[in-house]
Amino acid sequence: MNKAQWIPIIVLRIVAMAAAFVATLLMITSHDSAKVLGMTFQAKYNNSPTLKYFVIVSIITTIYSLATLFVPPKKSRRPILVLDLIVTCFLISSFSAAVGVGQLGKQGNSHAGWLPICGQVPKFCHHVSAALIAGFVAVILYVLLLLFSLNNVLDLVAFKA
Amino acid sequence: MGEEGQVKLIKGRSGMMVAVPLLRMMALFATATATIVMAVNKETHTFAVATVGNTPVKLTIMAKFHHIPANVMFVIANGLASLHCLLMLSFSFLSHKYDLKGLRFVIVTALDMMMISLVSGAATATVFIGEIARHGNSHARWNKICDNFERYCNQASGAISASYIGIFFFMVVIMVNIFKREQLNTINNSTNA
Repeated sequence: MNKAQWIPIIVLRIVAMAAAFVATLLMITSHDSAKVLGMTFQAKYNNSPTLKYFVIVSIITTIYSLATLFVPPKKSRRPILVLDLIVTCFLISSFSAAVGVGQLGKQGNSHAGWLPICGQVPKFCHHVSAALIAGFVAVILYVLLLLFSLNNVLDLVAFKA
Repeated sequence: MGEEGQVKLIKGRSGMMVAVPLLRMMALFATATATIVMAVNKETHTFAVATVGNTPVKLTIMAKFHHIPANVMFVIANGLASLHCLLMLSFSFLSHKYDLKGLRFVIVTALDMMMISLVSGAATATVFIGEIARHGNSHARWNKICDNFERYCNQASGAISASYIGIFFFMVVIMVNIFKREQLNTINNSTNA
């Protein structure tokens, strides 16, 4: 378990923590209001359960990344791998759901009679898109991290294929 | 390996060698069920909107699964996962023939992880779109559609439940592969994944 195997993991965890933190901040601070025909149309991340789920999972990811930076590397490779897998699953699911609802907000769904809302609240839409981009970066980093953790458990680098 | 590996294969099969293909078969059933149930999801609703003279004017609206992009992703991801399970099952039965220098176990585990992420992403996206369909979203002025299409919504819920059961079985297979790797390695040199 030499240093060369642990440095990329630590770097990835720090960057993933930063990405998840940025995603949380961007999503929490997104709000916009519009006045259409006399009624106020206010959009905040609170209004959609999907975006709330995205915020919760991003917070969990940040805290998890921070916590696993301080774990001793030798004893706990397999529990860390399992936890990495679970957090990656959560992250991918929240990102996918948020993108689904975002696409619904941007283009609507004519079959269900759901009108797009991005025309009325463009600032909110841009903010949510930026948060989703940060979330996507976190997803990619976590998939790489998962592969590195798998390498730690199964010792992939020693295989001569 | 050789003789002794083959003899162990025939005689006393350890629990691990039976458990993993069994779990994969359950995951295969679950994801295949989810795919098929969502793919045949269709409902037609006819109601009268106006009356011209004596005859009512009827309006027919249909709800098909491909009207919602999240459902399309759900069908594709679960179909992929069930094909993956089928492939891994067939590999585990032909295990002594195809073993790329011990890399097979690693490839199968890595692919399993990719698959579980994909399926969980698709299932959760469908859950949240379905939540909008069932309760609506008053802030975005999106009306609920499940009161008109009760059977469609219930069938979609059933498919999503089957998909989550499949995710659970996938997770158990991955955990067995990770934690019992030495046991699986010593039974048969070309490992049972």
